[in-house]
Amino acid sequence: MDKLKFGFYWAASCGGCEIAVLDIDEKILDVLEIADVVFWPVAMDVKYKDVEAMPDGFMDVCFFNGAVRTEEQERLAKLLRRKAKALVAFGSCAHMGGIPGLANVADREEVFERSYLQSPSTVNKANLVPQTKFKAEEGTLTLPEFYDTVMALDQVVDVDYYLPGCPPAPGLIVEAVQAIAGGNLPPKGAVLAPEKSVCDECPRVREEKKISEIRRIIDFEPEPEKCLLEQGIVCMGPATRGGCEARCLNANMPCTGCGGPCPGAIEQGTAMISALSTVLGLAEEKQEGFDPEALMAQLKDPVGTFYKYGLPVAIMNRRIKR
Amino acid sequence: MKTVTIDPITRLEGHGKISIFLNDEGNVENAYLQIPELRGFERFCEGRRAEDMPIITPRICGVCPVAHHMASTKALDAVYNVEPTPTAKKLRELMYSGYYVYDHTLHFYFLGAPDFVVGPDAPPAERNIFGVLKKVGLDVGKEVIKHRAYGQRVTEILGGKATHPTSGLPGGVSKGLNEEERKEIEEMARSSVEFAQFTLGVFNDVVLGNKGYVDLILSDPYQLKTYNMGLVDKNNKVNFYDGDIRVTDQKGREYDRFQAKDYLDHISEHVEPWTYSKFTYLKGIGWKGLKDGKDSGIYRVGPLGRLNAADGMATPLADEEYKRMYETLGGKPVNSTLAFHWARLVELLYAAERTLELATDPEITGTDLRNPVGEPGEGVGVVEAARGTLYHHYKVDSEGLVEKVNLIVATTNNYAPICVSIRDAACGLIKGGEVSEGLLNKVEMAFRAYDPCFACSTHSLPGQTPLAVEIYDSGGSLYKRLERNLS
Repeated sequence: MDKLKFGFYWAASCGGCEIAVLDIDEKILDVLEIADVVFWPVAMDVKYKDVEAMPDGFMDVCFFNGAVRTEEQERLAKLLRRKAKALVAFGSCAHMGGIPGLANVADREEVFERSYLQSPSTVNKANLVPQTKFKAEEGTLTLPEFYDTVMALDQVVDVDYYLPGCPPAPGLIVEAVQAIAGGNLPPKGAVLAPEKSVCDECPRVREEKKISEIRRIIDFEPEPEKCLLEQGIVCMGPATRGGCEARCLNANMPCTGCGGPCPGAIEQGTAMISALSTVLGLAEEKQEGFDPEALMAQLKDPVGTFYKYGLPVAIMNRRIKR
Repeated sequence: MKTVTIDPITRLEGHGKISIFLNDEGNVENAYLQIPELRGFERFCEGRRAEDMPIITPRICGVCPVAHHMASTKALDAVYNVEPTPTAKKLRELMYSGYYVYDHTLHFYFLGAPDFVVGPDAPPAERNIFGVLKKVGLDVGKEVIKHRAYGQRVTEILGGKATHPTSGLPGGVSKGLNEEERKEIEEMARSSVEFAQFTLGVFNDVVLGNKGYVDLILSDPYQLKTYNMGLVDKNNKVNFYDGDIRVTDQKGREYDRFQAKDYLDHISEHVEPWTYSKFTYLKGIGWKGLKDGKDSGIYRVGPLGRLNAADGMATPLADEEYKRMYETLGGKPVNSTLAFHWARLVELLYAAERTLELATDPEITGTDLRNPVGEPGEGVGVVEAARGTLYHHYKVDSEGLVEKVNLIVATTNNYAPICVSIRDAACGLIKGGEVSEGLLNKVEMAFRAYDPCFACSTHSLPGQTPLAVEIYDSGGSLYKRLERNLS
């Protein structure tokens, strides 16, 4: 059998997804047994024009990590879509916009102001900000322009599969590669992770189905074996797909939602709000003087809590532009 | 218009674009390293819960997430006016030492070694990790993979996840270490000490054993006389996790010494309209443009900056190597950019030794992991990231929500020196319009030595662009364009 052809690309990302590929350690040698890597900018030299010269559908699978924010990233997403039989959104940023997607609470101008004009360490009496075209003494220097909004990969092109996580757990990467090699891929549009929630993988004990207040991990040391949500901490586990083996919970920290919505859920944040509303104040709501607003006021920063990795794909996906 | 495309491999994390302008004689008039992107972390961190900062900021850079996690956690200590418990402090430093083993191994073998072990004049297609493995053997390659993974495993044990750990909290950590885990780390640390010594041996044989390489290290285009900065302990030994920020001058004397909380009195940032990254400089000297010397406020950070800013290493084997490096290269400070590679390996050994020290510390398996926090306010956290001094500065409101964020990341500190190094290398190596590929690799070596991480220095809009070099003639027309991973 001919070897498969794989491609990897990074768009607006931190590089952690590339490291996640290295973190499958010696299994990377197994990957190279079954596949030739034909495009991977961080590790090898194949130029865009070489990719353009490939016949359409040349790559069996292209793993695309990072969100889309620049014209160049959008162009590459479209190009790689054409050249790959299967396009995989790899990691939270390609899947849902990721943490950089939180930038959709602002626009480009505000980012510039904060960085170049208002930063307390910056001395900038002339109020200079970077220009896309600047005439230096010796010649003209150009910089690329950015979009105002961060987008997930499937907001730009058609995506075949999603590999969730920030970054994806090494086990999921290995399983995805094995599924590809064995021709056992699920139907198009599937998320390549178990059909269960983080709670299903969490060893903590759940007993009560109600909580009286919202608390913060910063304020107390939670009991080590009891469900964090039952201790009042907003843990995204009930609304987040598993496959990570609840690694953050094993470090006694709540799930922050990098795995994206659970199977069947339309949107992660609303699913979590719904889960929370079924348990919060349950024991108290029939008591006299119960004040639901006071209870809700204990919840700080809903955007950063419920949409830490998925603001660009949320139903309300950015601040209104004026 | 003639365009040359070199046969490259990309070995920097992140990206940049170099534009070189030639004069009428075909000599270098000026060279610019542009950073073509920025991100929005300072802006979109506003309004987040303070305790989310050690989760959010590591996404500035997935190569060195532990550095951001730790700087952020320390900033929260300051914000909430709380010290970590003794065990928590050691656990943090243990994770941090493990991170250095991983990161310095990654840089040396995957990114830096191709230039020296394979050779600066070798065909580009061989100047990569595979070329290195061919030269040192597959068994060594397996050791490289193993020890890089060890470093990651330490973070995973202590922080939940190797990339993007989660355990840092103001006043401590969320997870302790049991005896079984401690033993595992101890074994990995012992092996890492041997591996670091072996790696220094490789450097000794392959690089120092080759007069051509030593001459290259000491050659003019690679010398830069800047100030140096790094964290030191009370004995002026290099420390990655904590200490005073010390700055030494071009003669190796102490110029400045300050605590993290006072950083705004000592360093400032400068904006240029042709790049998205800012430039840092010493406030007391001022911004004098892109040049070195004692009248220019630019300084270097990272392995060589740290070693120059300190008086030695705090562990015995690394301290011997420290002395040997300075004896071999003619005393302190060492101004040769290419000595960054050697300094990195001295630090690799220190990191491995320190991991072992901490893994065998009786307090490390303690269970007192957190101190209660005080009222939130303002705070600064500083650590030495693998690539240099990293500053996180937060202002938090009474509800524990972030009001303002200022970040100065490792590579930003080095941005001005990298620009000067590239220009000097270009001026020294490109004459009369002669631009050969080997020469360009040597220009590239000037910045690769710093292990620049532009993903990090562009923490302010996402987007990744690989390296391109453009050379313009005196009429301003594009003379040559050389590219890495770009059409």
